[in-house]
Amino acid sequence: MIAVIDYKAGNLTSVVKTLTYLGAETLVTQDPEAVHAASKIVLPGVGHFQATALLEQLGITEAVREAIHRGALFLGVCVGLQWLFEGSTEAPGVAGLGHFAGQCEHFPALYDGAELKSPHVGWNSLDTVQEDSRLLRGIRPGGFVYYTHSWRAPVVNATASITNYGGAFTGVVEQENVMGVQFHPEKSAEVGLQVLRNFINI
Amino acid sequence: MLTKRIIACLDVRGGRVVKGVQFVDIVDAGDPAELAHRHAAAGADEIVLLDITATHEGRGTLLETVKRTAAKLFVPFTVGGGVRSADDAAAVFNAGADKVSINSAAIARPELIGEIGGSFGAQAVIVAIDARRGPGGVTDAEVYVSGGRKATGLRVVEWAREAEARGAGEILLTSMDTDGMRGGFDCELTAAVSAAVQIPVIASGGAGTAAHFASVFAEGKADAALAASIFHFGVTDSRALKEELQRAGVSVRLPC
Repeated sequence: MIAVIDYKAGNLTSVVKTLTYLGAETLVTQDPEAVHAASKIVLPGVGHFQATALLEQLGITEAVREAIHRGALFLGVCVGLQWLFEGSTEAPGVAGLGHFAGQCEHFPALYDGAELKSPHVGWNSLDTVQEDSRLLRGIRPGGFVYYTHSWRAPVVNATASITNYGGAFTGVVEQENVMGVQFHPEKSAEVGLQVLRNFINI
Repeated sequence: MLTKRIIACLDVRGGRVVKGVQFVDIVDAGDPAELAHRHAAAGADEIVLLDITATHEGRGTLLETVKRTAAKLFVPFTVGGGVRSADDAAAVFNAGADKVSINSAAIARPELIGEIGGSFGAQAVIVAIDARRGPGGVTDAEVYVSGGRKATGLRVVEWAREAEARGAGEILLTSMDTDGMRGGFDCELTAAVSAAVQIPVIASGGAGTAAHFASVFAEGKADAALAASIFHFGVTDSRALKEELQRAGVSVRLPC
């Protein structure tokens, strides 16, 4: 059973639909008890970092912290990945989980002397793939995934895959049982399905 | 590297895919769900479904079609036509769409852009602009609504800027002058809009050959290009198109 956290940010339909398609049982929940008891947790999220403030209010932040400590497998998607870091300049007053060090920042307006469009929307490549990544098993560098975001997480020791757009950022982060993807695996065709399949099968 | 997107568009009426030339001459081209899956399998980066009847009675049929199409589709999926309120948008999202495309309704009430974006995120809102050049060419290109039947008096570039300021995530720019003619996109108009906004611009109207796509990416500065008729009736598919684009030096996602 995978607990999918509903914090009223964007659209859960496609994440749940895809997990179900791959044979997983899901429970869409706002209940910290259910999150606490889950062996696998998915935090989806499209939208504003501010929305994650609700996680603290609902008591879900603490429940996730304890579940992770207990060894539960956690996957953050998009803003869900960003939330694993200390925070984001998108909502400076809202703390992330702080599992990984660093702040999420907006794409620079200029890169390499040229104007950089943001949001970063479309299919970009996973330019590196950490060999022992369990989430990226079977995925080769150069695989394409679908991104749509304006803020990005820095590259850290736990970065399992880098994507380049206005410089390198964390496409995938993974440290033992704590994982996150900045792209949308439920919208990333075969590569995305493989990531979710890996998560389900770990 | 961020690639240029090829978007397959399905115009749907009464639950069937149809294709017109310059907004008229409708012919039947098949089942939406089946065609969407075929396009995705062939490497289309995204699917757009436009309900071109968009009548009140047709809404139930449309939502059923969206649900059926989304069930096994794992690339971004946009639905347009008849979305007039945040509630209409919510119904389409609940049926499985990732983005909505709004056109006439955004002109009638520009606040709608921000209302949908506020609940579902800016990335979920595409503002579609149907454009026709005036006597002065690109600079006085005008926005049309109601399936291209009604002129609004709005300048295309100005409306694109306003849509962005109100929170649109992308602009879908259709040239009515080139639509359905398979003679190439309006690169000049696309470039003018692309230079005016930060958000991605999807070029539409006139796709006929791979060279047309290459031009609209290079000269038109489009981030994505949309086509419908080129993909129907087996004219070509995304895989063949992308292989040709890659040979022409355009970075595209080739299906594995």
